[in-house]
Amino acid sequence: MKRMLCILLSCALTLFLFAGCGGSGQPASGDQNGAGDDKAAVFKIGGTGPLTGGAAIYGNAAMRGAQIAVDEINAQGGIQFELRYEDDEHDAEKAVNAYNKLKDWGMQVFLGSVTSTPGVATSTEAFNDRIFYLPPSASAPAVIEGKDNVFQMCFTDPNQGSASAQYIFDKKLGSKIAIIYKNDDVYSKGIYNTFISKAKELNLEVVSTTTFTEDSQTDFSVQLADAKKNGADLIFLPIYYTPASLILQQAKNMGYAPKFFGVDGMDGILTLENFDVSLAEGVMLLTPFNAAATDDLTVNFVKKYQELYNEIPNQFAADGYDCVYAIKKALEAAGCTPDMSAQDICEKLVQVFPTITFNGLTGENMTWSASGEVTKSPKGMVIQNGAYVGMD
Amino acid sequence: MTFLSFLISGLSLGSVYAIIALGYTMVYGIAKMLNFAHGDVIMVGAYVCFFATTRGNMPALVGVLLAMVVCTILGVVIERLAYKPLRAATSLAVLITAIGVSYFLQNAALLLWSSNPKVFTSVVGNETIKLFDGRLNISVIAIVTIIICLIIMAALTLFIGKTKMGKAMRACSEDKDAAQLMGIDVNFTISITFAIGSALAAVAGVLLCSAYPTLMPTTGAMPGIKAFTAAVLGGIGSVPGAMVGGILLGIIEIFGKGYISTQLSDAIVFAVLILTLLIKPTGLLGKQINEKV
Repeated sequence: MKRMLCILLSCALTLFLFAGCGGSGQPASGDQNGAGDDKAAVFKIGGTGPLTGGAAIYGNAAMRGAQIAVDEINAQGGIQFELRYEDDEHDAEKAVNAYNKLKDWGMQVFLGSVTSTPGVATSTEAFNDRIFYLPPSASAPAVIEGKDNVFQMCFTDPNQGSASAQYIFDKKLGSKIAIIYKNDDVYSKGIYNTFISKAKELNLEVVSTTTFTEDSQTDFSVQLADAKKNGADLIFLPIYYTPASLILQQAKNMGYAPKFFGVDGMDGILTLENFDVSLAEGVMLLTPFNAAATDDLTVNFVKKYQELYNEIPNQFAADGYDCVYAIKKALEAAGCTPDMSAQDICEKLVQVFPTITFNGLTGENMTWSASGEVTKSPKGMVIQNGAYVGMD
Repeated sequence: MTFLSFLISGLSLGSVYAIIALGYTMVYGIAKMLNFAHGDVIMVGAYVCFFATTRGNMPALVGVLLAMVVCTILGVVIERLAYKPLRAATSLAVLITAIGVSYFLQNAALLLWSSNPKVFTSVVGNETIKLFDGRLNISVIAIVTIIICLIIMAALTLFIGKTKMGKAMRACSEDKDAAQLMGIDVNFTISITFAIGSALAAVAGVLLCSAYPTLMPTTGAMPGIKAFTAAVLGGIGSVPGAMVGGILLGIIEIFGKGYISTQLSDAIVFAVLILTLLIKPTGLLGKQINEKV
């Protein structure tokens, strides 16, 4: 009897697990099969991202943003898209497997990988196979380096670092600066490196530099004590918002109130469930996307995203959305048709992409250099009364 | 003053490690298995408390009790389904299973509660006690954690040393077969061990997230590993050892960060572990048990 119960329970658990997997792996598919009758009339777009695991928040956001764009475009008639996302668990090897799966499926344009580490691996594959590659947020410079068919939607990490230093200098936000960065993260370290060299150039005084890692991102008392001891009046945080929320809390507990300045990874701190937004009062950040902006495009996107997924979209969702629209614009400009091979589309898009100007959620008048870098100006934001307010 | 404030940070971090390590060491001491899923049971406990207090608007104490009940049931179920069938298997098989259970719990949490981090509301508030004109700040949660840690340690020591059930546990720990021959229900005893260990995990989860309020499906993983290190440092299987190991580990981590390098803090922690094991393989308070042939 007991044995029976055991078997039943384990079956139930297994079933639950598989059911769950199916649910998360498949994006909410509005019009995915809408044009299924006529396969030749649909562009197949693929992407990989961490849909499960510790970085799942980024992969899911980008996938959902892209899906909203695809649904909108399909509803308009004209060019039709079919989107398929594969899970890479923020792992380079799994990302390559996911990429091969997408290739077998017949992917024509690749949205690349959401995060940088898998991005470096899949962009190399896509370069060798000549498939056009436009990732939403894989921001490491190594993703685009030496690959003519790879373009980026987000700023590269170096741009963010020097832009932040320039911004702090121009606006005279702080005279003594402390930096806390995540030592085992290419994103954080990349921004730190360019920030510090730009700061030297501008004679910004950096009084304290401390680090943490994935394994020690709980207690920041030492880092904060060091900044406080050295009299820092501004702390630069080139990190994601989850550890940043702990830093804000612990600084308050210490009775230490410098200015805080973040980069695009800070975006999302206000949507952190149950977060005491008063802690983030006065936090400044450079971000390409502002969910509270009042332009039609943003309002419409935020509304749709909230209806479908019951949360406020972050910058990754906006990047995913923009990628799909940028691809649409480029495909139209290049005169590509869905019956073309991925390689032919790639050659045409590589020609066209540096010539287009694109308006999206994450910037106006974006252009791309032939090397793949995007030009867009980051928006300086400050958090006031629990909402972003533009600083310019 | 910096020294004192580092010491307090270290004590606060260490007491969280200690409270997790108590659960590890208790299960190891009696069932002789490393329950690597312990860190994830902590995470489940924290989520239960989070939903009860934040979404369900229940008082903090009810939330903690509910978390303890859920974790106890979870612990016993895990033991029945995953570990009991392997009672006679090699310890390596059980170890691998425990790692599997750990991944299962993390991914189940991911599906149920999504990967979006949540901010845990501290069950005792975020007040700090300011001393010396605000130059020294002690958070209330740190004090509460240390006190609860001491209470649990004392209660566990008494329970294992003085009660009949505790005696049965010690007997199972020494020799399962002999204990069975003496009329002790070994399976029941081990189940109780898991129940207590998991209830402790719930308390640890609530205190961990009260002190460091980010709650994600992976929240329990790293503190779990660190607490395991603490348990080994203190002498795995020894209840006071877990407490001493946890607090020492926290202090070493903070002092390493503060006085040597923030980059090397983890390397220092684990170097201390390696040194301890080289010099005293049973850990600080561990007992040398001679294998009888």
